[in-house]
Amino acid sequence: MSSDRLKGLILPALAVLAFEIWLRAFPIASDALAPPSAAVMALAQGLADGSVLLATRDTLLGAIIGLGIGSSIGLLLGVLTGLLPPLDRLLEVSIESIRPIPSVALLPIGLMVFGFGYALEFSIVAKTCLFATLILTRSAVRGVEPRLMEVARALRLSPFARVTKIVLPAALPQIFVAFRLAAGAALIVAVTVEITINPQGLGHAMMTAQQALRPDVMLGYLLWIGIVGFLWNAALLLAQRHLFGRAAVSEAMR
Amino acid sequence: MTDSAMNSAGRQSLYEFRDVGLTLGGKLILNGIEITVRKGEILCIVGASGCGKTTLLRLAGGLYRPSQGSVLFDGAPMTMPRQDVAIIFQDYGRALLPWRTATGNVALALEAAKVPAAERKGRIEASLAKVGLADHADKYPTEMSGGMQQRLQIARCLAQEPQALLMDEPFGALDAMTRQSLQDETLALHADSGATIIFVTHDLEEAIYLGDRVIGLLPHPGRVGIEIDVHLPRPRSQLATREEPEFLRLRRELFDFIEKSEGHR
Ligand SMILES: Nc1ncnc2c1ncn2[C@@H]1O[C@H](COP(=O)(O)OP(=O)(O)OP(=O)(O)O)[C@@H](O)[C@H]1O
Ligand SMILES: [Mg+2]
Repeated sequence: MSSDRLKGLILPALAVLAFEIWLRAFPIASDALAPPSAAVMALAQGLADGSVLLATRDTLLGAIIGLGIGSSIGLLLGVLTGLLPPLDRLLEVSIESIRPIPSVALLPIGLMVFGFGYALEFSIVAKTCLFATLILTRSAVRGVEPRLMEVARALRLSPFARVTKIVLPAALPQIFVAFRLAAGAALIVAVTVEITINPQGLGHAMMTAQQALRPDVMLGYLLWIGIVGFLWNAALLLAQRHLFGRAAVSEAMR
Repeated sequence: MTDSAMNSAGRQSLYEFRDVGLTLGGKLILNGIEITVRKGEILCIVGASGCGKTTLLRLAGGLYRPSQGSVLFDGAPMTMPRQDVAIIFQDYGRALLPWRTATGNVALALEAAKVPAAERKGRIEASLAKVGLADHADKYPTEMSGGMQQRLQIARCLAQEPQALLMDEPFGALDAMTRQSLQDETLALHADSGATIIFVTHDLEEAIYLGDRVIGLLPHPGRVGIEIDVHLPRPRSQLATREEPEFLRLRRELFDFIEKSEGHR
């Protein structure tokens, strides 16, 4: 890590330290606050007894499966509407009327249809990912160099080969950006669904700790959610660099 | 083959444009086009900018269908692109797949033609070798100069083993030196493959240097204004051919035609 990035850590570290000293010097019995060291201890305890890992599994399952369902449908619809203007016009009203509804606002309906549990979480996460992927994929497909489409026509590539050999590779770097955005949102929405109604996963565990008046456990979960979120995004970024280093470079040089 | 044999009117025709008209967006772009392209010849098309040269070539490629009359290829109407008709676009930078190497770009034509995988390697190598890119097979288009990129596009077209090559101002964006070498390479490829070439250019000297015949279009709407036979011996040479009195006479004739056609509008 460069020294510049280490410098960026100085302020947060000082803040945590100051917070710790302050709470130790003037101990207050608070329902919402606990010294950072207590939060870390609570987290260590939760990790040791497996409860944190179990909750993490549920949340990640919700995020990953929801992301998988939502982004595959979004990708398919994005490619089709990008390539076929008549289909796009046919679906336009449906898409534009559902898209602006915040995913969380669909929770009551989701609850009626699926009840509590995984399916509820998958469906809400999938809705978020579907539209993020659909919109960006469609614009990426529309942006494919028209000359390449003409080359495909002149060579008489089959419609399927046009998609797999021209459209998808040309749009892939942008599609992956869409996937990254959708993935980021997937984790956020999964945790939100758990905090609001779904009785499972990290969000629910955090709310339970809050209601049990255990600020140290609650903050421990918060810290853990932050760590999971950071690793989640880092993994995606790494994958993007790894997969599209070359394509991104040639894209930029065009 | 001697020059007069190349031009003998008795040769079979590959393309016949019969009273072809084309309307695009409510505008008449081409009208009453009557052109016969003989098998194996190089037919050059010149004309002022916007007179419809590209449009004519797209008709020949089956990318457009005539609104009037018919375009016959080997006696049958050209209704869609054909595997044995290859189109070389001027903007080579956009016509190549940036995520594929030279080999991969040539492979695209063979994949489209459903050539068995076992046959592909040899044909790719042969095509790249014909345009002098044998040593650059693993390069990506962005790692190539403009001239190399255009050679690569030509290699992809050659891999189709086309009967007809349609070239739309293929060397217009290249520097003079590169252009001359590519002209000579085109002539060599033509002599080697016997393909029929329709070559669009705005460079009158290029048209005479390459062509067996040159057709000049008049604008608004695009129609045939002049048709000249080029009786210059082959093989042609950049220095000697361009100094021949016949070359200079034809250049003068075409030059006057273009000047007059620009006064037409
Ligand atoms: N799709 C289209 N719809 C409407 N008009 C068109 C279309 N394509 C071309 N045109 C018009 O047709 C005319 C001929 O265009 P074309 O591209 O064939 O000319 P050109 O001779 O190739 O010109 P240049 O030398 O500049 O390449 C132009 O006036 C152009 O504006
Ligand atoms: Mg043109």
